[in-house]
Amino acid sequence: MKIEGMVWKFGDHVDTDMIIPARYLNLSDEHELSKYCFIDVRPDFVKEVRVGDIAVAGVNFGCGSSREHAPWAMKAAGVGAVIAKSFARIFYRNAFNIGLPILESEDAAEAFSEGARTSVDLETGEIKTTDKETRVFAKPVPDFMREIIRAGGLVAYIKREGSF
Amino acid sequence: MPMTITEKILAAHAGKETVSPGELVQVNVDLALANDITAPLAINVFHDLEACDVFDRERIALVPDHFVPNKDIESAQQVKLTREFARKHRIKHFFELGETGIEHVILPEKGLISPGDLVIGADSHTCTYGALGAFSTGMGSTDLGAILATGKTWLKVPAAIKLVYEGLLPPWVEGKDLILYTLGILGVAGAVYCSLEFSGEVIRKLSMSQRFTMANMAVEAGAKNGIFEPDEITKGYIEGRSDRPGAFLRSDPDASYDQEIKIAVDDMEPQVALPHSPDNVKPVSEIDPVALDQVFLGSCTNGRLEDLRNATRLLKGRKVADGVRFIVIPGSPSIYKEAIKEGIIETFLDAGAVIGPPCCGPCLGGHMGVLADGERALSTSNRNFVGRMGHPKSEVYLASPVVAAASAVMGRIASPEEL
Repeated sequence: MKIEGMVWKFGDHVDTDMIIPARYLNLSDEHELSKYCFIDVRPDFVKEVRVGDIAVAGVNFGCGSSREHAPWAMKAAGVGAVIAKSFARIFYRNAFNIGLPILESEDAAEAFSEGARTSVDLETGEIKTTDKETRVFAKPVPDFMREIIRAGGLVAYIKREGSF
Repeated sequence: MPMTITEKILAAHAGKETVSPGELVQVNVDLALANDITAPLAINVFHDLEACDVFDRERIALVPDHFVPNKDIESAQQVKLTREFARKHRIKHFFELGETGIEHVILPEKGLISPGDLVIGADSHTCTYGALGAFSTGMGSTDLGAILATGKTWLKVPAAIKLVYEGLLPPWVEGKDLILYTLGILGVAGAVYCSLEFSGEVIRKLSMSQRFTMANMAVEAGAKNGIFEPDEITKGYIEGRSDRPGAFLRSDPDASYDQEIKIAVDDMEPQVALPHSPDNVKPVSEIDPVALDQVFLGSCTNGRLEDLRNATRLLKGRKVADGVRFIVIPGSPSIYKEAIKEGIIETFLDAGAVIGPPCCGPCLGGHMGVLADGERALSTSNRNFVGRMGHPKSEVYLASPVVAAASAVMGRIASPEEL
């Protein structure tokens, strides 16, 4: 599966309050939530993000709360994939579970610049600009997580397997 | 093979003799928890799974605590959905207004968690129950929805970091200071995917209340869980609350740790985390005398009776400074009641504090004390990210209940020593 879009750069320790502030957690619908994605730190994000765009960040992306509203808001806003040096563990699980593709790469944050047209191959982990001038490979996804993605998320996986 | 207490609990729940770090295991869950924010999404997942019934109606806790009493129509809808699910599936531990309080205060108080248990909650501060020698960790709503249906989940066995606290705690230094100091050392990503094991002579003497405070903030270092070996103090807490004795496990002496960090406490001062990160920690004496607009005493970190009691030691006969709004929220109805009996609530009211009903309060910036543009608060809660308690241009400092009380009186960040 390939994703292509524009790069949005973020720093280290992007927390879940930045992704979706708690005052919007009275909402459960992903499309409603997506209207407020990054509203305090990047008020222009929701207006300008396009389907398939790629968030590229540093270490510990998604730290803080367990709120699944955070990956839902990003996914519904159009984010096609998140690439970070590392992820906070609850966000990591949540993203796989709801089908928001995420990849770990030590190099992407330095290699790709804001606005660069970039594609991501989820099977091979290849991340490259469309002019092919910049290319890195993400860390392989653990087999078990890959199974969840292949099934189409945790709900589909459990329905298929009957249990875990 | 020698194992840590965390590995022993995971092995027992995976039906294995041993487990080791990095291994993926499927485990049985003893108790599953969700709140008014995370339960609605988990219930949607439960329905998407086409599950007929919950895995065990007595081993699920649904606790409306974030936006209660319902703050607006949307949050009222969320609680309604949760309540209807609880009724339909006859969930034993649904906490209605009047019984409800902060999830991580209520569940131990009601005896729902015993040492050796495996607890999963759709709330990142589920790690609080490690104070009882249980394995507990936060997950998202999809994982929780799957647990509601199956009673099982998967986990990666975490590597462990051992923290050894040595020496004698100086006056006014509490569990909150120990964990803030530790976060200052580890950083907010210092324990990502790891287990934090709290140990040493200082820990052995700590009350359960202080242990809950420390375990609560393990996630602020990115940890999967924070855990204490259960002992006589744990036993004293469990007795009379739970009819399940629990498994009093200990780490083997030769268990393996990725890191072992010794922390000397003899010269420790009360600690304060500055905006905008829980690891931005300094001793209180090194903090600039910034003026405060609001002080909040409460939350799953520091909303217990001992926290309120300690704060009032400084407040008797004193008044909150002009221009400071002091919000106090007892963590549960029984804490509230006991605080009334002991005269604690009267002391707060005489000092000029306002008392809120048991709930998460202003901790997450949605309800009961939201900050305005440019306002500054000191809070006993656990996070001070940008905009955490309100306006993105507001600031939050984190500290212990006694620092909160001293600061409310002085109108600026202050050490209890100054009063």
